[in-house]
Amino acid sequence: MVTEKDVEHIGELADIGIDTSELAIFTGQFNAIVEYFDVLDRVHGDDAVARDLYNVMREDVVEPSLSQDEATRNAGAQEDGFIKAPRVM
Amino acid sequence: MAVHTINFEPDDRYNAFLKVCAKPSHSEGKLAGIAVAVKDNISTQGIETTCASKILKGYVPPYDAHAVGLIKNAGAAIAGKTNMDEFGMGTSTENSAFGPTLNPCDTGRVPGGSSGGSAAAVAAGMVRMALGTDTGGSIRCPAAFSGIVGFKPTYGRVSRYGLIAYANSLETIGPMATNVSDVSLLMSVISGNDRKDTTSYDKPYAHTPSADIKGLRIGIPEEYFGKGVDPDVGTVVRRAIARLEELGAVTVPCSIPSMEYALAAYYVICTSEASSNLARFDGVRYGPAADTKKSWHAAYQDVRKQGFGPEVRRRIMLGTFALSSGYYGKYYAKAQVARENVRKDFTRLFSDVDVLCGPTMPTIAFKFGEKSDPLSMYLSDILTVPVNLAGIPAISVPCGKVQGMPVGLQVMGRPFEDERVIDVAYAYEQAVKP
Amino acid sequence: MIDADVVVGLEVHCQLDTKSKLFCGCSTDYRNDGPNTHVCPVCLGLPGTMPVLNRRAIEYAMRVAKALNCTVIPESEFSRKNYFYPDLDKAYQVTQYDKPLALGGYVGIEGDDGKERRIQLTRIHVEEDPGRLVHMGNAERGRYSLVDYNRAGIPLIEIVSEPEMRSPKEARKFLNKLRATLEYLGVFDPEKEGSLRVDANISLRGSERVEIKNITSYKGVERALTFEVTRQKNQLRRGLKVDRETRHYLEARGITQSARSKEQENDYRYFPEPDLRPLRVQSWVKDVKLPELPDARRERFVQQYGCSLNHARTLTGELKMANFFEAVVAGDGNGLCKLAATWIADTLAGELNYRSMGIDALDAKRFTGLLVLLKAGTITDKSGIEVMRVMLDERLKGETVETPEAIVSRLNLAKTTGDDAALLGAVHDVITENPKAVEDYKAGKNGALNFLVGQTMKKTRGRADPGELNRLMVEALKSAEQ
Ligand SMILES: [Zn+2]
Repeated sequence: MVTEKDVEHIGELADIGIDTSELAIFTGQFNAIVEYFDVLDRVHGDDAVARDLYNVMREDVVEPSLSQDEATRNAGAQEDGFIKAPRVM
Repeated sequence: MAVHTINFEPDDRYNAFLKVCAKPSHSEGKLAGIAVAVKDNISTQGIETTCASKILKGYVPPYDAHAVGLIKNAGAAIAGKTNMDEFGMGTSTENSAFGPTLNPCDTGRVPGGSSGGSAAAVAAGMVRMALGTDTGGSIRCPAAFSGIVGFKPTYGRVSRYGLIAYANSLETIGPMATNVSDVSLLMSVISGNDRKDTTSYDKPYAHTPSADIKGLRIGIPEEYFGKGVDPDVGTVVRRAIARLEELGAVTVPCSIPSMEYALAAYYVICTSEASSNLARFDGVRYGPAADTKKSWHAAYQDVRKQGFGPEVRRRIMLGTFALSSGYYGKYYAKAQVARENVRKDFTRLFSDVDVLCGPTMPTIAFKFGEKSDPLSMYLSDILTVPVNLAGIPAISVPCGKVQGMPVGLQVMGRPFEDERVIDVAYAYEQAVKP
Repeated sequence: MIDADVVVGLEVHCQLDTKSKLFCGCSTDYRNDGPNTHVCPVCLGLPGTMPVLNRRAIEYAMRVAKALNCTVIPESEFSRKNYFYPDLDKAYQVTQYDKPLALGGYVGIEGDDGKERRIQLTRIHVEEDPGRLVHMGNAERGRYSLVDYNRAGIPLIEIVSEPEMRSPKEARKFLNKLRATLEYLGVFDPEKEGSLRVDANISLRGSERVEIKNITSYKGVERALTFEVTRQKNQLRRGLKVDRETRHYLEARGITQSARSKEQENDYRYFPEPDLRPLRVQSWVKDVKLPELPDARRERFVQQYGCSLNHARTLTGELKMANFFEAVVAGDGNGLCKLAATWIADTLAGELNYRSMGIDALDAKRFTGLLVLLKAGTITDKSGIEVMRVMLDERLKGETVETPEAIVSRLNLAKTTGDDAALLGAVHDVITENPKAVEDYKAGKNGALNFLVGQTMKKTRGRADPGELNRLMVEALKSAEQ
């Protein structure tokens, strides 16, 4: 059973901006889905996923980078070649 | 090389395109002058690429996806970017931030999803071919619902470089067209090794479809005709399989026991990967800008809340939950074991049969709004997701109608036997050709 | 400070000195270029891009693993560490989690008790560096960040120790040894700014463990830990308990500061990176060729050159210094080894440090020339230092560096001898100018002689041999009495 508090916590972890008004509906949907996921409890075995390709690597060779303009063109704001972002401190 | 242009002015009454390139240029080659529509989650240099999401509005990639580069080199004209469920999350194309695409067979119904725009563009005759992507059925479902051919290649046979990731371990780019030959032609252009995608294989597809299926052993998994599958759809598909028997194939009843939990495993894995893949849309490097007057977390939350639609937010939350400490073992780790069990089931079956056949979708195309509850929408993916979990090739080819709506026959094959899957679909298509 | 109650573990992140980044072809040589000039769709985290692993980064990490006696595991893989920060272009860091490249191993250090100690390692793994954030603005006009992704995707190796160091000093020695080893292996350039970062954990016996993040210098480790020991002890002395928490080291102020609680609750939701294939490289280990490492070279310096253990340790503590020493004494027919060890390890190291210069600023042949002059008694030790300083300063100013012989001749630094008229003149001048000291000497005050000799040294600018000068002064004082 997933509670509204759980959903609030997951929303915080995901940094997805959940409004309190959305909590009830998300919680209801979550419960239905998570209840369906419980079928996984019936899965047995512990085989890791088999993978057949290993050690796929490239050589240490320098390739051209984008120009500063190309690199920053899609950004909302730039300053002296830097990309502007909200404050973190 | 000579560069030509074509005129492309479609009557897009179905909202199949998010962006139309009116005068696309093209070079010579296998696809010379053929207008190809590209799903909007595949990066196109210089052409806005949004994944049908507000969060990527205005994003213009500085590079082409590997597959796009290949079709351009083969002479294709990029006709435009097609509508889809936001980031590929959906089975109806209703989850587009820019409005749903209509099914050309019945505009009251969805075209299927998530590659609904590509399917509608092909079905309506606006383009001869399209690129779609398939994470849990997103090529095959709209192909079935819209009455065209859609092929999901073996995982790794087509480079994913440039495909905007929703669930990396499950998805692939694939061809869509009105007929198997065109699907095969487009596949021959986009397949092959790409050093930028280290999960890709050096197994190019260079095949001309053959209609000879004498002696082919076809497995019929009972789950594909079981609970939740519309009996009318089942009847149409069984009739199609009977046609294959007439062509010399042998059918063998079989079972995929892991289908009991395959869908749950699929949704745990795809949402987990999505929760990580979609975190980069923070409004810093691209997309609608984050408010730099706010603090980082507040601005980040705003961007995501305003930029993502409800289904995307729901899946990000589900995936975050499935990976979070205390739940990882119960969900993510268990889903990996389930996935391996699915793979083993297929391996076991393919030691006896050459291909598996069944319906692509359990029903015909839904009416708009019919599946308003998220779980009921998820359940409609039950017949397509096992293929993605196992990484095997599968095709959907039109095989009749129910209530006037198209039904798809799904053919699934051994890994890297994409050619054989194509041949079976081709044999059927040729046999029923009017 | 030996303190049985202190337990320290370190997580050391070093940039691997590859030509291109860990997952793309962008050059790692970004330090002299503008922001966002060494980026491509991959390291900018543009949608749809995929990582391609740099083989050399793995080869370098394997070298480190072998040198530190770690066990390379049969199958390792990369995972995503999910957290959201503007300098993290994909909103996850590609790192290694439950299947790191190698486990175990150890680093040998000289313990605080003087004995050799093995600090056990937990693991080593490879990961990518995030970009760089610059904090801008102020409270009135608004704060914001500027991001430069040039550093994003630089390959790092993370070396995690067990909590086995018993003092901040041992932590410094561990770090120095580790740095030297990586440098000897040719996988790490310690002189590149920001090439090493350390997180430390420290606990006093019976107390909670505290993590200190973001230490960006070698010296910072010892300072941060020393501060933390004092802080925690004060806390306990006042009857308060030490909280389990994460603290940031503020380099400029030399203190640690509690991180906000949000950061401490991180749930990184690791899962295997689906865009990369696993590594099976255990079989490579046998083909990894190791160069002579610091311990072996130290032993050789003791054996081959007769260095003291301490000198050998200092000389081999940095690759360039060890190479410089060997170049100076190369083909040594002059018997300069002992002199070279002292002059390089004790004197030159200090002079370089004072000027923030690297040892490669100096030509080994010139230095050999200087030692030859010293050995032959042509100049005094004091003049030797002066010659060395002149050479270093000339290099610092970008002037042509003179030979030691030229400097000695230009500055007239050749050692004076007993019959040197100038020296005798200076002795007499000092006696005439310092009647008070002469009186004191006569009264039997010992310090007076030292003073007079010192004054003469000054006048002759250190050219005189102190023993010789002493003899001359005593003689002169004697004859003045008569
Ligand atoms: Zn790059």
